[in-house]
Amino acid sequence: MSGADVREVITQVHREEWARVVASLTRRFGDLDIAEEAAAEAFGAAVERWPAGGVPPNPGAWLTTTASRKAIDRLRRESKRADKHKEAQVLYDDDPPEPAGAIDDDRLRLIFTCCHPALAMQTRVALTLRMVGGLTVPEIARAFLIQESAMEQRITRAKAKIKAARIPYRVPSAADLPARLSGVLTVLFLVFNEGYLATGPGTDPVRPGLTAEAIRLTRVIRALVPADGEVAGLLALMLLIEARRTARVSAGGELVTLDEQDRRAWDAELIAEGHRLVRERLATREAPGRYQLLAAINAVHTSAGDVRDTDWSQIVALYDQLVRLDPSPVIALNRAIAVAELDGPEVALAAVDRLADRLAEYHAFHATRADLLRRLGRGDQSRAAYDKAIELTRNTAEAASLRRRRDQLGLALRGSFSMIMKGRVG
Amino acid sequence: MQYLVSVIYDASDLATPEEMAAIDVFNDGLIAAGHWVFAGGLAAPGSATVIDNRGEEAILTDGPFVESKEFLAGFWIIDAADLDVALKLAAAGSKACNRKVEVRPFR
Repeated sequence: MSGADVREVITQVHREEWARVVASLTRRFGDLDIAEEAAAEAFGAAVERWPAGGVPPNPGAWLTTTASRKAIDRLRRESKRADKHKEAQVLYDDDPPEPAGAIDDDRLRLIFTCCHPALAMQTRVALTLRMVGGLTVPEIARAFLIQESAMEQRITRAKAKIKAARIPYRVPSAADLPARLSGVLTVLFLVFNEGYLATGPGTDPVRPGLTAEAIRLTRVIRALVPADGEVAGLLALMLLIEARRTARVSAGGELVTLDEQDRRAWDAELIAEGHRLVRERLATREAPGRYQLLAAINAVHTSAGDVRDTDWSQIVALYDQLVRLDPSPVIALNRAIAVAELDGPEVALAAVDRLADRLAEYHAFHATRADLLRRLGRGDQSRAAYDKAIELTRNTAEAASLRRRRDQLGLALRGSFSMIMKGRVG
Repeated sequence: MQYLVSVIYDASDLATPEEMAAIDVFNDGLIAAGHWVFAGGLAAPGSATVIDNRGEEAILTDGPFVESKEFLAGFWIIDAADLDVALKLAAAGSKACNRKVEVRPFR
């Protein structure tokens, strides 16, 4: 095997085995910090030794064994210094062993620990990417545009809190599981969204690394709890959004709205997988949760080969279900966008204006109003709404798209073009 | 593993009879389940005196060590297997005394 091939293998093994190694060491040594450091050292040893000595037959087992030795070495060194290392042997899990077939995977314990509600949301995201995703601290710092030292400190503090406050390393009890699992999905969706609509000046508008990582981690959870509808729903939702990624940003770096996208550029394989998951959930006849409904809405969009073939009544019906589940104004705003296609912009604008109090600082609220006002021929009001949306958005590609639409508005009015622009979905 | 559950409050009124009754029920539950270590309510922060005897002589300062709107009104020390157990107990304690609480582990 060439050096390049070995590096390729190590990258793949890292992707597949990192969380397993960290998780099994955390279980054995009861300490995330030791587990993380030893896992990193073991992968370092692989990079050093595998090119010359060859890739071992079972790379995962080799890494776990090597990491365990590194951890024991560290504990011996520390015990000589501090003359107490017994506490590192403490396992926080004092539940009886779970019966075979029950959810029992160290990685799942690891995910629940990293997404514990006693940690701040940003901390949960960072810790999950580090411990479960295997991203390095500099990678995570770059993804969230903060100083490496600040990210390092955030992760170090979190590990210290987990240890000092004894945040347990276990899968929550059946009674707590739905709420805790939903917390994990929130973290994964946050990671995905940050990749999908990155915020901040001077950043790439889309960061495929983060969306891919979120999808990969959601797949891991899905494999661990295959019967959970919301996990399947979130995975389907991510796949159906990811499928449109390349069509979402133009060559000029501008965000392309759903109705303007070249649908031939969508990833057919991801769409097929997303649709399969949505159908699988429909077949269970269980009441769908939030992510399943969002996935179903995206499935309807991605079923239309042309925007004009979109089944808007189906989309509005799904939004009606979603509004009952989640009465947030953002959902109501998205419902209004679909209503515009079904009942016209005037009805939609009335619905949007009812949200003004709660969404005054939300860029998409103003962008939606701007589009509806434009379609109603109310140019001046439309322009003002575009201005407000541009002022509020933190995504560079979206700002470019909004500016273009605003400027076209001027052209259309001055040149008295007939309405060449039709509705946009966002 | 022991945790300090601090009761945080921002007014001078004491617990109402209903709150006291709920606290008693909560305390009985703590004792029955083996979580109880100690608990107590504190007099108003204005009754505190700060003493610094690190120098030549003890210096007394009238009032609490930190002036803030919110202060420590009372506390529980509980014994719990891990933070999940402690958080559940603290949530029940917050409900019983009808005030915010903070959970902090002992070293």
